[in-house]
Amino acid sequence: MLRSVFLIPLLPLAGFVILLATGRRLGNPRAGWLATLMVAASFVVTIVVFVGLFRLPVTGRSYTQTWFTWISAGHLHVDMGLLVDPLSMTMAAFVTGVSALIHLYSIGYMEHDEDFSKFFVYLNLFVAAMLLLVLADNFLLLFLGWEGVGVCSYFLIGFWFERDSAASAAKKAVIFNRIGDAAFLVALFLIYERTGSLEYHTVFARLGSLGQPSLVAIGLLLFAGAVGKSAQIPLYPWLADAMEGPTPVSALIHAATMVTAGVYLMCRISPILFRAPDAGHVIAVIGAVTALLGATIACAQNDIKKILAYSTISQLGYMFFAAGIGAYDAAIFLMLTHAFYKALLFLGAGSVIHAMNDDQDVKTMGALARFMPITAVTFLIGWLSIGGVPPFSGFWSKGDVLLNGFASNPALWVVGAVTAVLTAYYLGRAYLLVFRGEQRWVEARVPGDGHGHDGYHPHDPSWVMSAPLVVLGVLSVLGGLINLPVHGSLDFLDRWLSPVFGSRLFQHHWSVGGEWTFALIDAALAVLGVGLSITLWGKTSERPAVEPTFLRRAWYIDWAYDRFIARPSTEVAIETSSVVEAEVIDGAVNGVAGLVRSTGRQLRKVQTGYVRNYALGLTAGLVLVLAYVLTRVS
Amino acid sequence: MSVGASWYLTLAAVLFTIGATGLLIRRNVLVMFMCVELMLNAANLTFVTFARSLNDIAGQTAVFFVLVVAAAEVVVGLGIIVSIYRRRPGATADDVHGLRG
Repeated sequence: MLRSVFLIPLLPLAGFVILLATGRRLGNPRAGWLATLMVAASFVVTIVVFVGLFRLPVTGRSYTQTWFTWISAGHLHVDMGLLVDPLSMTMAAFVTGVSALIHLYSIGYMEHDEDFSKFFVYLNLFVAAMLLLVLADNFLLLFLGWEGVGVCSYFLIGFWFERDSAASAAKKAVIFNRIGDAAFLVALFLIYERTGSLEYHTVFARLGSLGQPSLVAIGLLLFAGAVGKSAQIPLYPWLADAMEGPTPVSALIHAATMVTAGVYLMCRISPILFRAPDAGHVIAVIGAVTALLGATIACAQNDIKKILAYSTISQLGYMFFAAGIGAYDAAIFLMLTHAFYKALLFLGAGSVIHAMNDDQDVKTMGALARFMPITAVTFLIGWLSIGGVPPFSGFWSKGDVLLNGFASNPALWVVGAVTAVLTAYYLGRAYLLVFRGEQRWVEARVPGDGHGHDGYHPHDPSWVMSAPLVVLGVLSVLGGLINLPVHGSLDFLDRWLSPVFGSRLFQHHWSVGGEWTFALIDAALAVLGVGLSITLWGKTSERPAVEPTFLRRAWYIDWAYDRFIARPSTEVAIETSSVVEAEVIDGAVNGVAGLVRSTGRQLRKVQTGYVRNYALGLTAGLVLVLAYVLTRVS
Repeated sequence: MSVGASWYLTLAAVLFTIGATGLLIRRNVLVMFMCVELMLNAANLTFVTFARSLNDIAGQTAVFFVLVVAAAEVVVGLGIIVSIYRRRPGATADDVHGLRG
């Protein structure tokens, strides 16, 4: 069973190749169905391998499959190998599962798009790259997947590249990622230089001989890579702009693939972080601050997708917070449940945008619940789930993070708790503005004429789009079941992952009373946020007092990037192209050419064509040489 | 009066000078060509002279090489000269200066 692991990344890759060759001929919607089937098949294989791994004894739950030697140069030896362990299989399972649902949804969402098949080409490649990243058994292969995910995100964010904003958002994503990737590469060099290998097991086995500075440097450089990929401070602005892509892409990037890669990386390098507690502190602090920052910005956004984007940044901050303090289980748990409810929220937002003719401003919506009951209910579930209202999945996963957070660092717990209130609040605001309150749009006079100019005709989407919503809704409600804290025998995820993290895991064991107290506090925080949003936004759609400009402008951080980095560098570029390029560089090139030409013009006079001149030259030369020799000799 | 090595060397120097001067001042291609031969053989004469006075066979060997090369040169050179005269009878070396810069 374990041996079929190679199929997991290869199936989506095969889908990519087939669609690349025959996508246009397959057309709409068969290309979409093929892509969905490939990912779904990959999910089935993942489950098979998962079960196979589960049957092994707890201590032996690790299996490496080597395909071939990828690089063999001197002492550097890198295999193309897949690692099957509880961590990689957990990741693979939710990546394939959620991606399959998003693929299914995309068939409906993209049905009117001209480049229907091209979209699925990218989507399949995206999933394949993510699976390679997750299943790699060495850092270099992980990096290959890492870059594959990056390039696919570029293609997909810029999918509607005719729009300037989409094209520049795609570039922004690549540039921000590149900064992190550079750090990642340096980390790889450092790992190889210090341990002589890039393979996980070998590297981790040799960590004992490394000094504290190297460990901290490796940990922080890898974290810098994760900061770029997972949109943490200071490299987060690309994620908000990445909303320019089609909504299923946003769902895919935010929920299942790409941004979770950074958290996965932190969990994967737990042996390094365990030995470098300083790096862990930095990660925890940046995570917590990012969580708060993302949540505050999300409170004042009007674009429904921007709200969700900043919410993702905030939730990822939670995950890094958990990973930083060593509570990897909590990070993975939150990542799993987040994948469910964030995919749900994004797909719900996609349905709303679809129904409102690509309008994304929540202020122009309202009262949509009457017209789109399925979307409204699932979005409500998503809200309550991310807000941490019991017994939805978010309550358990966020509770797990906060519980360990308090035990590790009470100051950061306060940040996390404030963020929890804000999370419940800003998504409540989004839900109420979109689905409740008064109707702030004009209904189409003729039913079915939703695409005319005289108004909207919102409705629930077709079943291919509704079905994923419902499935994800159920998962969002029940997701907490995989790791319940109440009783020692119910924490399935913790026990499943324990062979991976072992004693490196930070897990504070509270008394039952302590756990209940925290559960009550979490629930109170969530209810506070929910109540706040209902009080403030239940009736009205305009409250400038709680939407200050500095929050709407995202703390002016985007502006600062633009003002202090982008614009000066543009000016430098313009300056160099007009002055340095035109005068210095061109001048040097033309000067050399002119010099050669004038020398040649002088020298051509020597070439007279008369043999006697040449003979005279020869004789003169001979006389000179003879004279020289004779004077030297004597 | 014995004829010493210096006589031969003087003769060779005289021959070389005649050849070099002829090459520089004459315009007739055929004559210039003969002057070149004169210079070559002047050099040959020095080689032979030194070979004999130093009792070293290497000098005579060099003469054979020069003769062979000179023979080859004559073949090519005369071929060129004949083809020049065929195109323009009575041409001098100065008339053939198509390759000037």
